[in-house]
Amino acid sequence: MSQYVIKGVNGPVVTVVGGQGLAMMDMVHVGNEGLIGEVVGVSGGVTTVQVYEDTAGLAPGQPVTTTGAPMSVKLGPGLLSNIFDGIARPLNVIQEKAGPFITRGINISALDEEKLWDATVTVKVGDTIRPGTQYAYCQETSLIQHRCLAPAGVEGKVTRALPSGSYNVNQVLVEVTDLYGKVHKLCLSQDCRIRTPRPMAERLPISRPLITGQRIIDTLFPIGKGGAAAIPGPFGAGKTMTQHQLAKWSDADIIVYLGCGERGNEMTQALEEFSELLDPKSHQPLMNRTILIANTSNMPVAAREASVYTGMTIAEYYRDMGYHVALMADSTSRWAEALREISGRLEEMPAEEGFPAYLASRLAEFYERAGYVKTLEGKEGSVTVIGAVSPQGGDFSEPVTQNTKRYVRTFWGLDRALAYARHFPSINWLTSYSEYTTDLKPWYDANVGTDFVPCRNKIANLLQEEASLMEIVKLIGADVLPEDQKLVIETAKLIRVGFLQQNSYNAIDTYVPLEKQLKMMQVILRLYNGAKTLIARSIPLSQLKATGIFETLAKIKYEVTNDQMEKFADYEKQVDEALDKVDKANR
Amino acid sequence: MRMEYIGLSELSGSLIALQGVEDVAYDEMAEITLENGERRYGRVITVDGDKAILQVFEGTKGISLENARTHFTGKPMDIALSHEMLGRIFDGAGRPIDGLGELYPEQRRNINGSAINPVSRQYPRSCIYTGISAIDGCSTLIRGQKLPIFSGAGMKHNELAAQIVRQARVADQDGEFAIVFAAMGVKNDTAEFFRRNFEEAGALQRVVMFMNLASDPIIERILTPRCALTAAEYLAFDLGYHVLVIMTDMTSYCEAVREFSSSKGEIPSRKGFPSYLYSDLASLYERAGMIKGRPGSVTQVPVLTMPNDDITHPIPDLTGYITEGQIVLDRDMDQKGIYPPISILPSLSRLMKDGIGKGFTRDDHPDVSNQLFASYSKVQDARSLASVIGEDELSDIDKKYLEFGKAFEALFINQDMGDNRTIDQTLDLGWKLLSILPKSELDRMSSATIEAHYVEGAYKTILNPESAGGDGKLN
Repeated sequence: MSQYVIKGVNGPVVTVVGGQGLAMMDMVHVGNEGLIGEVVGVSGGVTTVQVYEDTAGLAPGQPVTTTGAPMSVKLGPGLLSNIFDGIARPLNVIQEKAGPFITRGINISALDEEKLWDATVTVKVGDTIRPGTQYAYCQETSLIQHRCLAPAGVEGKVTRALPSGSYNVNQVLVEVTDLYGKVHKLCLSQDCRIRTPRPMAERLPISRPLITGQRIIDTLFPIGKGGAAAIPGPFGAGKTMTQHQLAKWSDADIIVYLGCGERGNEMTQALEEFSELLDPKSHQPLMNRTILIANTSNMPVAAREASVYTGMTIAEYYRDMGYHVALMADSTSRWAEALREISGRLEEMPAEEGFPAYLASRLAEFYERAGYVKTLEGKEGSVTVIGAVSPQGGDFSEPVTQNTKRYVRTFWGLDRALAYARHFPSINWLTSYSEYTTDLKPWYDANVGTDFVPCRNKIANLLQEEASLMEIVKLIGADVLPEDQKLVIETAKLIRVGFLQQNSYNAIDTYVPLEKQLKMMQVILRLYNGAKTLIARSIPLSQLKATGIFETLAKIKYEVTNDQMEKFADYEKQVDEALDKVDKANR
Repeated sequence: MRMEYIGLSELSGSLIALQGVEDVAYDEMAEITLENGERRYGRVITVDGDKAILQVFEGTKGISLENARTHFTGKPMDIALSHEMLGRIFDGAGRPIDGLGELYPEQRRNINGSAINPVSRQYPRSCIYTGISAIDGCSTLIRGQKLPIFSGAGMKHNELAAQIVRQARVADQDGEFAIVFAAMGVKNDTAEFFRRNFEEAGALQRVVMFMNLASDPIIERILTPRCALTAAEYLAFDLGYHVLVIMTDMTSYCEAVREFSSSKGEIPSRKGFPSYLYSDLASLYERAGMIKGRPGSVTQVPVLTMPNDDITHPIPDLTGYITEGQIVLDRDMDQKGIYPPISILPSLSRLMKDGIGKGFTRDDHPDVSNQLFASYSKVQDARSLASVIGEDELSDIDKKYLEFGKAFEALFINQDMGDNRTIDQTLDLGWKLLSILPKSELDRMSSATIEAHYVEGAYKTILNPESAGGDGKLN
């Protein structure tokens, strides 16, 4: 019989009396149904617990039991290609148990405990094990080998090891006895606390880009592997679409997609699409490298708060195996609002816009868990974090956007006006930035071509120039501008329509390799430079426009497939011919 | 044994507090009987030791600390459900008010519902034709979607909602349509307008109405959409109807939530609304959808009036973050006499992309709608330029855009309240309007699509030679 009982209930916040043995952040089971909760405050004889499920029906006097340990999730093979709620309970098992509506009090492990895995045990009796030593592995999906590494705190000699074979996740494979004679039991799975970052050997500088196949991101505002980016935007600007595109096409080994307080249908869509789409490299279903975490907006708010840590912990777990992991969090604003809601129920003093004063430090803790690291085992791995932000009223000056900006180095600001004009991705090239461009220059020079960065800078300059010219055009119209400025506007328009705009529904355009991105920039700039020489001889731009070359280039993105790079020679020829034609007409 | 607690310890606004209670659970329902025999209902919102705080749905008028006896029912708020609900009228808390007597319940269900497991959801793909070009063509409504109408006081959102109800039909006629109508804090006239409209459309037998008028208690207003959605879920997922839920006016609902929150002494966030408004709205809107292996669907069209026409106000803002798009009405267009005054550019249907085009509506649908959006957004640029330098100074192409914009508003968006256009009519009209622009301006579609549909000068057949404005009817 439990000594702890409920004293009061207010929404997800429950007060508990009956002793002082409950520690901060301990995981507890509350009430007759054993709802999962976490200790968030201890004061005198009263302990405050936030409950991750609907609290209707809880009454004073019902029992509370403690697990005696902080909130943790069970990690091991079987996470990939699965979908979980905010505290890592598999949603398909919940469906089997409870039907299409989620009921409460279901306590199930994240992993299928029956399933047998073909595990290879890689240590033998007498071997020394340190944190990070691999002791077993198994093939989790066709894409990913799941490597079991000794967790922190396990150091000693192997005193018992099973032979390789089929085991479930709870079968003890290896026993390790440490210096003090304590025996550690290792199986395919391990429990891991979600609020503590997993240890690593050291952080490494960021030197490789996360290639996304999205032109505006890869060329103008790249993100490095192990970096952090934010996508803020008002509703309807395409945050979720951009996140989905990145989840589908970026060259990470593993994607953790976190739907935090967002729409149920979007998660269903992700689940369907990722199962059907094939990864461009391996031609395997994308789901084989994806883990979905869905805590939709109508699921309990406290679990929404926990979901980002669950997602991050899983990402770090795979990072430690030496994989490059990308974590998409959609949306971090919902997480911040969950913090605010719980803070309000705890009657804490609010800071800016009702958010708790610790908002900035929580955001910092989260984004700082991203990084390119040397793992305990000595391999390289990374966690890249891409967080969507949903600012209230689309106003970027609100606290979540502003505080996020301080901890990320890539900022993709989505723009309502671009979205209204159906310019997608609606990343505004004037407000967005990436601090990784210089860090990544050596990589681009070595792997794509030395021309890539200069082209990128030229394109960025033209867009900037256009923006300042448009101020004038808005007042007096484009007709009165001198010809060279008209050319800037015309080229920038071509860049916007033919390069920055990318149609995610078009089979050719949805993913574009870096090589093709470079070629597209080169051919646009070839036209620009040629036209500039003509205009210097006071030939009007309208003559060149009449050749239709601008429209031709704008359609390259639909006409040239990703394996037809030779076609660009043809386009270069067309540019030269158009220039020649105008040139001859004016001789 | 029926146990009652005599007397109260505290009264404040619509809240009452009792001391010395035992075994009272959070969210439990209670019956409060006054000395004169009047019975009211309440719900537990906080328990703390032996103290319980209740909200009284009908308000605390006439209650004193001594004249009330409280009985706790031991279960959360539920309503009676039956297929006989169709054609009936209920008050905001789900009690019949049409004089036809109590409902014989086939089931009773908690009005708070439960979240649909994302794994069990069926991704919505089949579209609902509304016969309104601006919606069908540019922001298509999909079965199982939640698509709100953002309006302002005095604009024709009720007419639009009523027209959607009258004309809505699905492409493949499987299953029957039912309508659940939830009125929250609306004027008597508005409620009557909808009732009359359902009657004229001969739809009264397919409608379940939940009425909480502007003068009714606000606590009931908080229950109204929950009752309505519980009924809708029952009709859809148990009885297999395709249910269209109209909820008006969400602004009144949110204000009721705010009023109630402040009476509880909660810490307010933006504009005084409680910090949980997002979660609260989500618990309503997310109840739209379809479930794998169940025949029916719940489609929501909530109507909200934006205070001061401000789309960044917390109510439309939070709504837009939860719903799958929005249909925005525009004051200027309303003043110009355009009906429905749908502002195309900020309007959006997120599920449209997967429910239109080849195999659903027509192959060219995505291209046409994309191009109309893109071209119409250029009209705005041309207009702002014209307002500075005058129309005469515009370049030829900008003049074309002005012409296109005018015709688009007068012929495509504008339509009669009784005009029910097919999707073919809508798309053909779109192509004719696009032909006002030269081919080279159509940058959102492939050359093949343009070749297949673009007819030079096709617009001349629809534009009136005397006035390019048109009268809203197709020639």
